[in-house]
Amino acid sequence: MRKNSTKLIILSVIALICMLLFAFYDIKGGFGYAFPKRLERLFAMVITGTAIAYATVAFQTVTHNRLLTPSVMGIDSMYNIVQTIIYFALGSSSIFVVSRYLNFGVSIVAMVLFAVILYRFLFRADKYPIFLLLLAGMIIGTLLGSLVTFMQVIIDPVEYESLQARLFASFMNVKTELLFISAGIVTLAFLYGTRILHKLDVMSLGREHAINLGINYDKMVLRILILSSILIAVSTALVGPITFLGLIVSNLAYQYFATYKHSVLIVGASLISIIALVGGQFLVLHVFNLTTTISVIINFIGGLYFIYLLLKESRKTA
Amino acid sequence: MIELKGLSKSFGKKTVVEDVTLKIHAGAITSFIGPNGAGKSTLLSMVSRLLDADTGEVLLDQSDVKKMKSDAFSKRVAILKQANHLNVRLTVRELVSFGRYPYSKGRLNEEDHKFVDKALAYLNLTDMQDKFLDELSGGQKQRAFISMVIAQDTEYILLDEPLNNLDMKHSVQIMKILRKLVDELGKTVVIVLHDINFASVYSDRIVALKDGRLVKDGPTNEIINSESLREVYDMHIPVQVQDGCRICVYFNSNN
Ligand SMILES: Nc1ncnc2c1ncn2[C@@H]1O[C@H](COP(=O)(O)OP(=O)(O)OP(=O)(O)O)[C@@H](O)[C@H]1O
Ligand SMILES: [Mg+2]
Repeated sequence: MRKNSTKLIILSVIALICMLLFAFYDIKGGFGYAFPKRLERLFAMVITGTAIAYATVAFQTVTHNRLLTPSVMGIDSMYNIVQTIIYFALGSSSIFVVSRYLNFGVSIVAMVLFAVILYRFLFRADKYPIFLLLLAGMIIGTLLGSLVTFMQVIIDPVEYESLQARLFASFMNVKTELLFISAGIVTLAFLYGTRILHKLDVMSLGREHAINLGINYDKMVLRILILSSILIAVSTALVGPITFLGLIVSNLAYQYFATYKHSVLIVGASLISIIALVGGQFLVLHVFNLTTTISVIINFIGGLYFIYLLLKESRKTA
Repeated sequence: MIELKGLSKSFGKKTVVEDVTLKIHAGAITSFIGPNGAGKSTLLSMVSRLLDADTGEVLLDQSDVKKMKSDAFSKRVAILKQANHLNVRLTVRELVSFGRYPYSKGRLNEEDHKFVDKALAYLNLTDMQDKFLDELSGGQKQRAFISMVIAQDTEYILLDEPLNNLDMKHSVQIMKILRKLVDELGKTVVIVLHDINFASVYSDRIVALKDGRLVKDGPTNEIINSESLREVYDMHIPVQVQDGCRICVYFNSNN
């Protein structure tokens, strides 16, 4: 068995190769135009990749559940909901739409609130079976989704157009105007996030052991949920929801590194995430010739992987 | 010294601990005894801050434990619960190293490693320190958890039925270790026991609970007698003296 440091180096090299390929492969004419564009996308992918990896692993540690992720529980769809509500209630000329930063701030606050309420109701008791949690998450998700569709149907068509433009984020259509504020927020979040890695290690032992070892458990859970929601909010605003990415990369990291150390797990998951996004995007561009999108591929593979994990889990508990 | 003042706790409508006031004497082993469901674990959880009391307070050297800083508290009081299930896969040594977390915050120095080595050796785990917990027997796992609490090196050690799953030899060994921690290192041990003979032979004081209430609290000699034990367990428990120890012979009791 390889040592974990070796594994991390291997992943870093692969990630680097993916990034170089993405940046330079087959770059024709107009280097001055194409290259900055590619760099922007690359930057967005690195930010979202690491943000989703951190958010998912931390979320799973505090919920003691490796099958649920913020996205699977519908936290990222909160972004669409907030945007729609703002357009619906206030219109596209409202300050909450015009001011990018205000808009971003409101979305983040709403997502954080949603995550905390969800946690209070679903995880606090620690005794609901996972299938119930999933079902609840999906029902809430569907309900909110229908509500959004409903609002979008009765909204003014011109407003709707402008709303669509805002919601339609993807890796081909990165919201570059949000790139720098996103990078800033993610950096701040990581400054805090790296300082609490050892607390995450202890919290993975469970509430009672963690309290015994001096963790202010309930306060930390709340902080970590907020941190995860902020990271998911940023990545959703930047490139749209990628529901299953977090689930894939966290579980691959648990499997590959087989450790309790979050310093290793989170760096590993981030690298896997970058490889999946950048490598995937490279394939989409140069192999599939844009006949599909990276989100579709990731959600397809992720969905299958999710079913596999669920089946494995149910066999274990049966 | 830890003082419990008027502690009560209810779950829903059911009061499981009712107005318990007692002192846990420093430098002694205190055993909590009582029937299943008496509230022993609940009481211990409140003392160790795992659970908030509905009313009453817990004082550690006169200060309210609820107001103490989490990491300062964790250097003074350690608890091991009755059931320990982990979601993560750890080796014995990794688990015991977690006991040093209040000091090391995840970066173990030489002194921490020494404590870990000692705690492993205390419980005869040195040979299996690199085994994963899920490869161990129930009793070996239990010893690993006890070892973690010992590595934590606190003045107060609270143990909820630590002899679960242990064979006679290891039970005796652990009680002797606890005795040594108290007699040589001046620690204070609170232990929940169902085997009243271990309580009788090894503890300095006994606290008996029944239906959430404190029914007995005193030196071991005053409590290990048929009369007091009947109050606690509602059964006739003959007590015999053997080699200076009071032994309860309850196996044939017809109430
Ligand atoms: N989280 C909880 N929710 C509801 N009831 C609880 C909870 N924890 C304990 N109880 C109830 O409180 C009572 C006391 O439980 P506790 O675990 O303190 O008993 P105990 O004396 O430790 O028993 P045992 O010897 O079986 O370990 C029991 O009747 C139990 O059903
Ligand atoms: Mg108990």
